[in-house]
Amino acid sequence: MATYELNAPLSDADARMLRSGDIVYLSGTIYTARDAAHKKLSELLDQGKELPIEFKGAVIYYVGPSPAQPGYVIGSAGPTTSYRMDSFAPRFHSLGVKASIGKGIRNEAVKQALKDYGGVYFGATGGAGALLSTCIKEAEVVAFPEMGPEALRKLKVEKLPLLVINDSVGGELYVMPDLAAVGLA
Amino acid sequence: MRTIAVKDIVKAVRDMCIHANRFQPADVRKCLKEGGAREDSPAAKEVFRQISENIDLAEKTGLPLCQDTGLAVFFVEIGQDVHVDGNLTEAINEGTRQGYGEGYLRKSACDPFTRKNTGDNTPAVIHYDVVPGEKLRIAFMAKGGGAENMSRVTMLAPAAGWDGVKNFVLTRVAESRSNPCPPIFIGIGIGGTFEHSAKLAKLALMRRVDDINPDPDLAAKEAELLALVNRLNIGPMGLGGRQTAIALKMNVSPCHIASLPLAVNIQCHSSRHEEVTL
Ligand code: SF4
Repeated sequence: MATYELNAPLSDADARMLRSGDIVYLSGTIYTARDAAHKKLSELLDQGKELPIEFKGAVIYYVGPSPAQPGYVIGSAGPTTSYRMDSFAPRFHSLGVKASIGKGIRNEAVKQALKDYGGVYFGATGGAGALLSTCIKEAEVVAFPEMGPEALRKLKVEKLPLLVINDSVGGELYVMPDLAAVGLA
Repeated sequence: MRTIAVKDIVKAVRDMCIHANRFQPADVRKCLKEGGAREDSPAAKEVFRQISENIDLAEKTGLPLCQDTGLAVFFVEIGQDVHVDGNLTEAINEGTRQGYGEGYLRKSACDPFTRKNTGDNTPAVIHYDVVPGEKLRIAFMAKGGGAENMSRVTMLAPAAGWDGVKNFVLTRVAESRSNPCPPIFIGIGIGGTFEHSAKLAKLALMRRVDDINPDPDLAAKEAELLALVNRLNIGPMGLGGRQTAIALKMNVSPCHIASLPLAVNIQCHSSRHEEVTL
């Protein structure tokens, strides 16, 4: 398990180098999108329309921040549960997205997409949204402002603390529940 | 008959929404602050370190503990000798509106189908009980979506018994894995009807961590099931560890001879709730 400081957008080489358990401090430009923005992006793709963001090398942060107080660029901004984006993630990876940031388990299709396209799934600490927001230096709504907390935002981040949960070679960091220990296996 | 002014209710609710989203209850805070010392792995310790630092930061800056400031859930006990000088439900919703607006809290309430945000985090989910006396007690919980989504209600066959209850709870927690932001709090409601079990489960999440069930048999069952849950080794954020759950509380009520209703309400480590009595 290694520790890296990386920059987003992520290069293919960076994404493929990472392994489950690695710690990454991520800086650079990332995008926020959760349920509604994923649906909308997907509809734009279906219609063959241009996307409001560049997918190549993109890191998508599954977050719906709370409103910024005066003097702050953003409110609390921790990860939301990722499985709700599972049905969209493989397609996005096939179009160049390199990584997502969230919390919670991914399905097999997403893990396969990470292998197929050289991607990575990062976990951030859920419920630490105040702390994580201190790594966000700039925030700007770039699409879907009508979605409020679900709008697509461009963030400039500095040393956002992440853990590699799933990597491009099938690695998985989340432990399997010990069902045998409770007589369920 | 005692009269309580609507404006006092609005203010109390507003303040509670804001405060509860910035400050953990003392018992929850203590468990989270001390949790790291009980873990062995660096990853589990690191999760607790971040949670602890997050608590300090929220207290200092007024940023909400979590960006998901929840749907606003209220349990209201209204004394039968209380008279409210206006619309009580509207007062609670107005307090919610003001709290979520002025407190820079996230508005997460939306239409189930169109997904259009209601814009002010109302309507709140309000449960009323009428009790003797002339006081008005309002308990508030900020209930985030991640943990709520992992919750379930089931109708077991009576023959399933305690073993059936344990299996269902353990399976539910095991399947939830890292999704509800463990270490979690588990509220279990057993008995009553379908909806009553769910209400009992949510009320169990309002109980203090150190609140031992006055019924010794239930206290033993709570301890047994909590110990089992913690053998699952899901641990903080699903990275493995001793603390999958911090507390497990069970509320029980008689049920139909044909039924064994069981509700499992899961709450994340960011267990935010408080109450006020007017
Ligand atoms: S489950 Fe709780 S701590 Fe985790 S993101 Fe949701 S509200 Fe926040």
